[in-house]
Parts: sequence; C-alpha cells; structure tokens
Amino acid sequence: MSLLVPESGLFIWMLLAFGAVFFILAKFGWPVITGMVDERARYIDEGVSKAKEAGEKLEKVQQDTERMLQEAQSRQSEILEEAARMKQDIIAKAREEATVAAQKVMEDARQQIQAEKENAVRDIRRQVGELSVEIAEKVLRHSLSTDEAQMDYVNRLLDEVENRAQ
Amino acid sequence: MKEAGQLDVTAMIFDHVGDSYYWHLTDIGETSVSAPLPVLVYSEHTGWHAFSSSHFHHGHEAYEGLAIAPEGSAYAGKIIEVATGERPLFDASITKNVAGLLIASVLLCLMVIGAARWYRKKDVTAPVPKGFVGTMEMMVSYIYNDVIKANVPEHTARYTPYLLTVFFFIFLTNLLGLIPGSANITGNIAVTVTLALFTFVITNIFGTKAYWQEVFWNKELPAWLRPLMAVIEFISLFTKPFSLTIRLFANILAGHCALLGVISVVFLTAVSMPGGGNYGMSVVSVLLAIFLDMLEVLVAFIQAFVFTMLSSIYIGLSQAHHHE
Repeated sequence: MSLLVPESGLFIWMLLAFGAVFFILAKFGWPVITGMVDERARYIDEGVSKAKEAGEKLEKVQQDTERMLQEAQSRQSEILEEAARMKQDIIAKAREEATVAAQKVMEDARQQIQAEKENAVRDIRRQVGELSVEIAEKVLRHSLSTDEAQMDYVNRLLDEVENRAQ
Repeated sequence: MKEAGQLDVTAMIFDHVGDSYYWHLTDIGETSVSAPLPVLVYSEHTGWHAFSSSHFHHGHEAYEGLAIAPEGSAYAGKIIEVATGERPLFDASITKNVAGLLIASVLLCLMVIGAARWYRKKDVTAPVPKGFVGTMEMMVSYIYNDVIKANVPEHTARYTPYLLTVFFFIFLTNLLGLIPGSANITGNIAVTVTLALFTFVITNIFGTKAYWQEVFWNKELPAWLRPLMAVIEFISLFTKPFSLTIRLFANILAGHCALLGVISVVFLTAVSMPGGGNYGMSVVSVLLAIFLDMLEVLVAFIQAFVFTMLSSIYIGLSQAHHHE
C-alpha cells in the first residue's frame, strides 16, 4: 500500500526543509526565547527571595521598635518611682531635721530658764540675807536688852542654823 | 462499482490523505480546480526533467517520456517512465505534500523568529508579552520547563533547539493539515520517518559511555542475562524511532480518514440515498464531524507533545552517567 512506503522525494525534501528550519531556529529563534524564559524565571526567583528578605528585615525592625518602646516605658516608670521615693526621703529627712532643731531650741531655752532661775534664786537669797541681817540688827538693837533674852535668842538662832545645815 | 453521480468515498479519502502532483482545491460541478506543481525527476535513462505538472493534463497525457500511472496499477498516482513502466530513479517533484511542507517550514521560521524579535528588543524587566508572542512563550516555556528540562537534565542547552523545533513543527503541520484542502504532512510516513531519524541520530551520536554500556553490557543485571538483554536493547534502539514514526503517522492519518468518512456520510445520506435522502442523519453527521474536528485539534497537540516527550526521554537516557 502506497501510504506505508516512504517516498524518497518527500523524504529528501523533508530532510532539507526540517534541517533548514532546525538550523535557522537553533541559531536565531529558540536561544533568544528560552534565554529570556530562563532569565525571567531567575529574575522572579530573585524577586521572591528579596521580598522575603525585606519582609524578615521589616519584622526585625518592628520587633526592635517594640522592644525599645517597652524598654523606654519601663525606664520611665522606674524614673518616676525613684522620684517619688526621693521626694519621700527628702520630706522625711526635713521633718527629722526640723524635729532635731526644735528639740535643740527647746533644750537651749530650758537651760537658759534654769540659769535664769538659779540667778534669780541666788539674787533673792542674797537680798533675803541682807534683809534678814538688817532686820536682825534692828530687832537686836531694840529687844536684846536683858541678858536672858539675849541668851535665848542666841540659842534659838543657833538651832536654826543647825537645822539649816542639816 | 461506481455509478454516475455516486460519491466514491474511498477515492475521495485517498485523494485527500495521499500525495499528488497537483494541489487539488475543490470541484466546481465537473471541473476540478487545482494548482499545478513543479515536477522534478531524474531518470537513469533520460536524465533530469523539470516542468510543470500541468503538462500531464491530470494524468491524461505523457510528457518527456513520463506519465502519471493510472489507477489500479502498482504505482497509481505516481510518475512512471512510459518506456519501462517503472518509477524513475529519483522523483524530487514539489508535490502537494512537499509544497505544504515548505509553506509550513517558512511559516514556522517566521513565527518563531517573529516572536524572538520581541525578546531581542526587551530586557528581563519588561512585562510578560501578550497576544501572539505571549502564546508562543506560554507553549515554549511549557515544553521547555516541563518536558525538556525534566527529561534532559544534562546538556539541556544542546538539545533544547531540536526538541522545540520538533514540537512546533509537528504541532503546526498537524494544525495546517486540518485546514480543508491543505496537505496531509504529518500523516505521511516519509515525513514522520525523517523526524524519527533526526531523534535517532541525535540520541545516539552524543550517547555517553554509560549509555552504551547499559545497552550492550548492563552491569546491574546478572551475568547470564546480559547477552540476552544486549540483543533486546540493540533491537530497541531501532524500535524506538520506528514506534515514533508509526505513532505520529498512523494517528494523524487515522484522524483524517475518520473525519473524511464522517463528512462523507453527510453527502451519502443527503444526496445518494434512494428516495431523496435522510437529512436527519446529515445533521448528526455534521455534529459528529465538528466534534471530530475538535478532537483532531486536541490530537494535533497531543501527538506533537508525545513525540517531543518521547524524544526527550530517549535523549535523556542517552546522557546517562554511572552513579557511583
């Protein structure tokens, strides 16, 4: 059957035509297209990996920011706490100092009062002594006319002095 | 036998799928509209002949001692020498198939180089092409990435141009063959045998040492099995291109025959049946023909794909290396 027998003429033409097409396309056609297909695939791969990298970087930056923010917040609260503590310290110290000063003033006052009192007592004593000597002179001059009376009075005075010395 | 006005389906089908020295376009009434083609013949007796096939007057006359063999003879439809009744030594006439082949070749070159022009002008950052170039790129990257790279992982660049040419050549000629009145190129065994020979040569010419060792002395097999397998493997070197040849040729030829047969039913039922004809059957035939035509478009792609896929597998095997 003629359909199953290859015709030599067509075979030769096919060899030439296909060979020529193959040669021309291998030289001017396919490498350009497949080169671009390959290059584009690489370009897309690169783009994907770059995008991934950028995403990772962004995430890192976000984490850093968050961490810094938290640090700042904790630092702020620390500072506020310290300030409050310092305030209380200062107040307490001031109060203590004031107390001490007040006590000192009171002590001074008390000592002064004591000294004044002693002075006054000493003064009074002196005046009382002088007054009593004066009075005694006057009394003595007036009433010690008899011997008995003189003796009684001397005795009495001696007793008194004795009592006081005890 | 054939009656007047009766459709000779067998002759019609063979006229469509076979080769011819005329490009038969259509019949208007009793007149055949066809384009004559150049005849180019070398005879050992009378030397070179080159003339238009119109000199044969559709096989009714001889010219320069050559004539077209009548139907029923051993070389029906072919040029024979009138003196001997034998085929001339070399018939390189531009027949319908050769003309179709040349047209398809030029068309393919224009398509691919046209698409390649787009890439020469653009760089990688350009957006992906649309339209024709986009379609070409879609098919190229499909074959390139999924077939060629997958099956030929080594020396891919060396084999890519051949495999892409094979795919697009078969796909284009398959599709062109579906156009009514066009030449049946891939349904001709001379064409498919050439393609298979290309694959055969390209596969074996660059075959690695490991590949030939696997063919003739496969060390993975027990020693007593090796000679037997060498014979089988040696035969399979030739059955591979043979199966490529027959698969493509037979699929396309069978598709054309089936399609023509179904189309013939339209006329047989509508015109030729006694008592007016059965138009309902014609409608069914038209629908069936449309379905078959769609199927043939699918087959056009599948056969091109299968040929390319098998060629790349054979080439990939020939690039084997010992994994030690």
